[in-house]
Amino acid sequence: MNATATMPFADLIATTQASEMTGWLADLREAGAARFAEEGIPTSRDEEWRFTPVGPLGKMTFRAPAVSAPLDRTALSPFAFGDGWPTVVLVDGRFVPELSRLDALPDGVVVTSLAEAIAAGEPAVEAHLGRTATADQTPFTALSAATFADGLFVQVSAGVVAPTPVQLISVATDAAAEAMLAPRLVVLVGANAELSLVESYVTLTEATYFTNTVAEVHLGANARLDHTRIMRESEAAWHIGFTQVDQEQDSHYREFALAMGGRLARHNVHTRHHGERVETLLYGLYLTRGEQVADTHSAIFHDQPNCNSWEVYKGVLADDSRAVFNGKVLVDRIAQKTDAKQTNRNLLLSDTARVDAKPQLEIFADDVRCTHGATIGKLNPQQRYYLKTRGIGGKKAEQLLTWAFAAEVMAEITQPAVRVGLEALVHQRLDELTS
Amino acid sequence: MSSSVEHLVSREYKYGFVTDIEQETAAVGLSEDTVRFISAKKEEPEWLLEWRLKAYRRWLEMTEPHWPNVNYPPIDYQGSTYYAAPKNQKPLGSLDEVDPKLLETYEKLGIPLSEQKMLAGVAVDAIFDSVSVGTTFKATLAKAGVIFCSFGEAVKEHPDLVRQYLGSVVPANDNFFAALNSAVFSDGSFVFIPKGVRCPMELSTYFRINAANSGQFERTLIIAEEGASVSYLEGCTAPKRDENQLHAAVVELVALDGASIKYSTVQNWYAGDENGVGGIYNFVTKRGKAMRDAKISWTQVETGSSITWKYPSVILQGDNAVGEFYSVAVANGRQQADTGTKMIHLGRNTRSTIISKGISAGEGQNSYRGQVKIMPGAEGARNYTQCDSMLIGNRCGAHTFPYIDVRNASSDVEHEASTSKIGEDQIFYCKQRGLNTENAISVIVNGFCKEVFRELPMEFAVEAQKLLGVSLEGSVG
Repeated sequence: MNATATMPFADLIATTQASEMTGWLADLREAGAARFAEEGIPTSRDEEWRFTPVGPLGKMTFRAPAVSAPLDRTALSPFAFGDGWPTVVLVDGRFVPELSRLDALPDGVVVTSLAEAIAAGEPAVEAHLGRTATADQTPFTALSAATFADGLFVQVSAGVVAPTPVQLISVATDAAAEAMLAPRLVVLVGANAELSLVESYVTLTEATYFTNTVAEVHLGANARLDHTRIMRESEAAWHIGFTQVDQEQDSHYREFALAMGGRLARHNVHTRHHGERVETLLYGLYLTRGEQVADTHSAIFHDQPNCNSWEVYKGVLADDSRAVFNGKVLVDRIAQKTDAKQTNRNLLLSDTARVDAKPQLEIFADDVRCTHGATIGKLNPQQRYYLKTRGIGGKKAEQLLTWAFAAEVMAEITQPAVRVGLEALVHQRLDELTS
Repeated sequence: MSSSVEHLVSREYKYGFVTDIEQETAAVGLSEDTVRFISAKKEEPEWLLEWRLKAYRRWLEMTEPHWPNVNYPPIDYQGSTYYAAPKNQKPLGSLDEVDPKLLETYEKLGIPLSEQKMLAGVAVDAIFDSVSVGTTFKATLAKAGVIFCSFGEAVKEHPDLVRQYLGSVVPANDNFFAALNSAVFSDGSFVFIPKGVRCPMELSTYFRINAANSGQFERTLIIAEEGASVSYLEGCTAPKRDENQLHAAVVELVALDGASIKYSTVQNWYAGDENGVGGIYNFVTKRGKAMRDAKISWTQVETGSSITWKYPSVILQGDNAVGEFYSVAVANGRQQADTGTKMIHLGRNTRSTIISKGISAGEGQNSYRGQVKIMPGAEGARNYTQCDSMLIGNRCGAHTFPYIDVRNASSDVEHEASTSKIGEDQIFYCKQRGLNTENAISVIVNGFCKEVFRELPMEFAVEAQKLLGVSLEGSVG
């Protein structure tokens, strides 16, 4: 049997490889393609994908995106935050300089499209691309290595505090129908530097497409990154995202992830600690309806002593939707004094919604404090009653309580402009879910 | 302090003696002939032989599961003996006829049958390797209508009951080890509590693997009819041997409407030496089915075995059924334990509670693996899970793999887990109050396990606390 002919995504992989130059990038693509050919699309027999039905991806054919119709900047206004923030816009996976904002960058902050950074021979790209998130992590990181097209490159020099957040907007239009979009991010924050990053996957189409994205983040010693990840893909789209964060000593990583789009959306966030006193804070909110599946897999590798991690993920599920949560905390035997806490709470608004939660602790050191908690339930009837006695009944009470449930994590969004924008969005979606 | 760890970790296995009794064994290896041999030896009816053969054929098609978080060299299923019975057996009228050497063995285990006859009201069905050799208190139980006998006896005397319920909770092809057990099980216990009867005493069985190189495949079936209730105690020890022995048991509990079954286990099979040589592979399938208003409660204290792979589960089939799981699992030395429970909620207003305490010391690896499944029909189902781990030293590991699968909005599921260690400050505090280090640790560990121990029947609670004390004293580093 000719493996390449029947392998999913074979055409896309072949096209990318044919167009590629030589050198490290060609090697990276080849290794990714080989790895993906070996692994294939995972099945429910694979523990990491047990509850995530990605099987259909292997049976579908995705092509390269068609030529996009020109977009007006105003079309993006619902998705963009802030005024004059450095922004890279990808339309159907392709970098569009006219919509992006890369002028007047502050000193010590480099923001370009990833393809440009590669073409410019930027050594930091070679040092991190495909090396922070490697092809052997999941079949989809391998597929990304083989097929990624463009994306975002950010580098903040040591000691520089970026004055405004940096933004990536990946928008799908009608031209994305039946296509695979493969953006990739390389984000490097130098020692003692600070950055705020907003990564958005949004849509202007109702079409079916597949976004396979990988973000590679490296934080130097005592660096800080405040990362907001927004997933608002088309509800017919597939989205698989992987974020790998490598943290040096004393660094601080904070992520807020909002997932409300996609028919099936999976996000893996993995962090590795390379020095002591590292902090990792992960927050997330997923809102699902219809037959949506939202899947969050977090994995925090506590490889060093005296590091802290804190996770809060919440979900609101309506209709026949499903959520999957897997939170891994792995504590190495040298990682004494680790303090790790993980919380996953799910609110079911319908009898046919389903949650598969698997909080997982693997601990090899004794002097640690690790806890996790998971709850799945409905709105508390006593709270409803309380509101009713105050004259707030029915839908109104439901909306109020549901919002209160979500508000705990929404409050963790640190950028005011982003928080205000997302609060309005989440409010509106929750009102839709409860009505 | 670490020298005291070494000292205590390398403690001798107290029960590691071999009783020198002539054994009658099946030829080494496993084939349809072995299955037929066992069935013939036990004078079983045709249907049971067919059932065994069917299980055996299914087993041949199955592969050994490797998803548990444990490591061991491949098991040679053809290198074991599947049947071992003490020779010269004649029907036993009373305990006096039992080989005195056997009784001596039980003395060493601390269960003097003759004494227990008078004491405490505990009836003991002692399993020596595979054949039940002495059953006490039968008369008292018979008066209440309770059937408590060896599995082999039940097949002969109550074939209808056995046929009706055998494999009804754990089907012969349920999993690799259950299929193996179904094919070659040699004996076990059978309990039947008729409608509305509260079993007048706690029932107890001691299992003991004696013959070298033989697996033990016992099968337990407990049936509580409508409104009946029973408390069943199971204790296990095994002698010390260099090679690993396989223990693949199956326990099935059937609690009909309004019935209640409480199943307690203290498992202290030989755990292997300090280098991980020898010890029991304890691969057990335990499951109960609770009908309307019924209750099934599993309590286990797992301190032995080199590898434990065991998930006592409850299928909450009827409305208002209750499932409970209380567990203390200790992994010391090179022990590996992958244990937990499954609570499958099918009926309305079903409730389950899971309390699991894992203690890891030495180079032990302890995993909690549990599943809570709320099916769409389980309106108003409720689960509370708490799994706590304690680590002693930094060469051991604690892992938790809870699976929560909820498909009904009216249910409430809560899961909590924590990890902690015995703090120097806690020990210091106890020492200040005049306890020595060993007692301090014993007090702290017993406090950690209190929620489970208080679920154990009195006799077991005392034994379990002592066992834990011996297992872990001084092992703080």
